[in-house]
Amino acid sequence: MREEVIVRVGAKVLAPFIITFALYVHFHGDYSPGGGFQAGVILGAAFALLALVYGLDEVQRVLPPWFVQACAAMGVVIYAGVGVATMLLGHNYLGYNALAPDPSHAEHGQHYGILLVELGVLVTVFGVMVSVFYLFAGRGRKAQ
Amino acid sequence: MLLTLLAATGLGLLRIRNLFAVVMLAGVYSLLSAGLFTVMDAVDVAFTEAAVGAGISTVLFLGAMALCGHHESRPGHTPLLPLFVVCLTGIALVYGTMDMPPFGGADNPVHHHVADHYIEESYHEIGIPNVVTSVLASYRGYDTMGETTVVFAAAVGVMILLIGARTRRERPGGEGGDG
Amino acid sequence: MNVELLVSHYNYWIVIFLMMVGFYILISRGNLIKKIVGLNVFQTSVFMLYITLGKISGGTPPILTEGEAVYSNPLPHVLILTAIVVGIATTSVGLALAIRIKEAYGTVEEDEINRIEAGIEAGG
Repeated sequence: MREEVIVRVGAKVLAPFIITFALYVHFHGDYSPGGGFQAGVILGAAFALLALVYGLDEVQRVLPPWFVQACAAMGVVIYAGVGVATMLLGHNYLGYNALAPDPSHAEHGQHYGILLVELGVLVTVFGVMVSVFYLFAGRGRKAQ
Repeated sequence: MLLTLLAATGLGLLRIRNLFAVVMLAGVYSLLSAGLFTVMDAVDVAFTEAAVGAGISTVLFLGAMALCGHHESRPGHTPLLPLFVVCLTGIALVYGTMDMPPFGGADNPVHHHVADHYIEESYHEIGIPNVVTSVLASYRGYDTMGETTVVFAAAVGVMILLIGARTRRERPGGEGGDG
Repeated sequence: MNVELLVSHYNYWIVIFLMMVGFYILISRGNLIKKIVGLNVFQTSVFMLYITLGKISGGTPPILTEGEAVYSNPLPHVLILTAIVVGIATTSVGLALAIRIKEAYGTVEEDEINRIEAGIEAGG
């Protein structure tokens, strides 16, 4: 597939938009359909597309396997870390009201809390999808 | 009707032996079910299903299929016993639906436990309009954390299965066979 | 059987039909990849059952806006949203297992694996 000009240019043009769209889906998840899970999958799909068109090596130069594996673990740490942070601030585990900058509007903390844990979900799902894809695709190349 | 199309796709999946066609049809099936979810007002779910089912999972299936061969051999045993089991289970389940409340009724029991609270109070308590997000990340925050951990654990499982094997196979005298 | 029952339960029956198709693929086909596809069909039919339960006729998606009165039940949506992502993760574990079996036995057909196993037991 490396000789197909239309596919190569198409993928190159589309990929930034897909990545931007994933971020939009994540940060706008409070107001419209979307959230960490969907954003992570879309972000993973963007890199899978690039890897399919340009080859695994090119993508792994940008996004090495150790990095995505670390991402998968980091997401869980972010999620659990938000819980620990709210505990340190004197609320329940994952009690987001602790994160409000102004205590008289405690529900604003919910907003930050949700964005942060969804970020954790995003990072984990992205890391998992890309690393699983790397493993499957890497195997296929080795077998041939 | 989308549901009828889905049923037809399901039958196609059953009949076709070429795995490439099966995987493509599974993608179509996912996309159809995403359409169904949209009709059923579950826009978040439809979004996820379209991204996961028709995108990533098709790619993963194709990757696995490239390693495992494209054609399925004819099953050796007679299909009568499985067919019998399946029909029996199906009849039992259909009998079970006779007691189910009619589709779409606003006073079905499922809508009267915590759902009312989520819809009426979540804007004051959480402050964001998308109820699905506020339930997902706040009311059921522990649950979602567990799900995230499961996804991570699954990835670790795949890594153990596929990375660990490679090093053992390269060792001389290792017992891993060639593919 | 009257028409009213058919209309109000049509969703449930199609879901059960799909569930049984998935179940049948799972137990009657020998190819491991096909089995995983069957498992996916089964899984998606369960998702549809949940979403069907959450739907209210004339309702709108559960995103709060001014003046709307009827929203579909958001709780099943949340459960299924996470279940889909967990489902793809477990599917990938299944596929990884199939790949390893292919490498160890040279096939993903259940019958041939059984035959090879029987041969090993007889020979060893």
